[in-house]
Amino acid sequence: MKPSGFAYHRPGTVADAVALLGEHGPEAKVLAGGQSLVPLLNMRLAAPAHLVDVNRIDELDVVRVASVDAGQVVRVGAAARHSRVEHDPLVHAALPLLRQALVLVAHPTIRHRGTTVGSLAHADPAGEMPAVLALLGGSVTVRSQHGQREIRAADFVTGPMTTSVRADELVTEASFPVPPGRTGSAWVEVARRAGDYAVCGVGVLIAVDDDDRIRQARAALVSMGPVPVVVDLTDAVGAAPFDQADWAAAARLVTARVEPDDDIHATAAYRRQLAGVLTARAGRGAVDHAATRAEARARR
Amino acid sequence: MTAMTPTGPAESLHEVTLTVNGVPRSASVPARRLLSDFLRHDLGLTGTHVGCEHGVCGACTVLVDGETIRSCLQFAVMHDGAEVTTVEGCARGDGELSAVQRAFGECHGLQCGFCTPGFVTTVTAYLDQHPDPSEAEAREAITGNLCRCTGYQNIVASVLRAAQLRREEREEAPG
Repeated sequence: MKPSGFAYHRPGTVADAVALLGEHGPEAKVLAGGQSLVPLLNMRLAAPAHLVDVNRIDELDVVRVASVDAGQVVRVGAAARHSRVEHDPLVHAALPLLRQALVLVAHPTIRHRGTTVGSLAHADPAGEMPAVLALLGGSVTVRSQHGQREIRAADFVTGPMTTSVRADELVTEASFPVPPGRTGSAWVEVARRAGDYAVCGVGVLIAVDDDDRIRQARAALVSMGPVPVVVDLTDAVGAAPFDQADWAAAARLVTARVEPDDDIHATAAYRRQLAGVLTARAGRGAVDHAATRAEARARR
Repeated sequence: MTAMTPTGPAESLHEVTLTVNGVPRSASVPARRLLSDFLRHDLGLTGTHVGCEHGVCGACTVLVDGETIRSCLQFAVMHDGAEVTTVEGCARGDGELSAVQRAFGECHGLQCGFCTPGFVTTVTAYLDQHPDPSEAEAREAITGNLCRCTGYQNIVASVLRAAQLRREEREEAPG
């Protein structure tokens, strides 16, 4: 189908964009990559009177690894494409989790156009990016005519396709903190077709001590409810050396914790089983990743 | 335009200029004109096919500034000034079919042909970046495009054959 008519705005600066959002507020939607919004418009599930196209705001077309007091953070501006984040060598060296998850976001053709911040703002329960932000304890920066504020990941997604961003605010940037020390991560999914929405997706991030014990382990799950589910696995995997961690126990913990729903793609019981199986698989993947990174560091 | 919006005021029009297959082309369109419809209706370039119109099937894939995108998920007005390559621009400069197009013919990589424009643009861009794919990589390269006829086997064969033909073309090229 075709979208209904709208007034098109293409501001050149963030100031102009937030002025438009301030003026049109709930009648406006922000248009970035359009890979989620335009299907909704084409199917007339949404019919905003105004679209504010942020694709040509140069100050939003930013991907960088920045140093902050607490270490490093990957900052991604609202006009930056998934593919740019995915292929940036500095981002990948600092935070491999981003590429691990991004390669599972639809297909390369979608990632050429879709934006990472757009995925966050869209807040699809099957979306990887809100779960990555939650797993890392990141944040987004939003701006309006009245100023700027940070929203922590835990306070950002409030429901399916719903965030705490107000109608007059623009998400300008996402901040993905780089976990300090020795870490490993992995992201695994089961989908009906390659690139399709995950029936279940799990990312696991581990931090390893100098004596090879897991100091911290966390999982983030998608398609397991209205918002990303983050589970602390540290106690479950035990204090054993990281290559002997008890991922079966972690799987049991996650299986008990998640509350997925039935839908046409899978039953709740199947999703819950997947959550456990994929947690163990991602956990072992994160261990392998930590070991590989340690070897790479030793070779340098 | 009023005929398209019987209940509302006439939509304001935007002058959009694209360089399509090397030729500057312009039209005045409402903001909601999809890039796919701009190419087909306003420019008469009907090689780009529209299947699902919500970004799933890949039939409408074109190249914008050298990268594959779904033209049904973009508004033409967003791309004012861009360089677009459609399936009509995938043939060789001398009018002969490109290696990708010949490979699809040789390997029976199409039956009804509806999805083929999206495959040709996708595979052309993919081989520019990955000139020597394995069979698994060839299969991965086309996961974003749906075909309801072939069962994909012959499309994977076409990707591999196209890579081979392109290698031969490079070897034959003078200098």
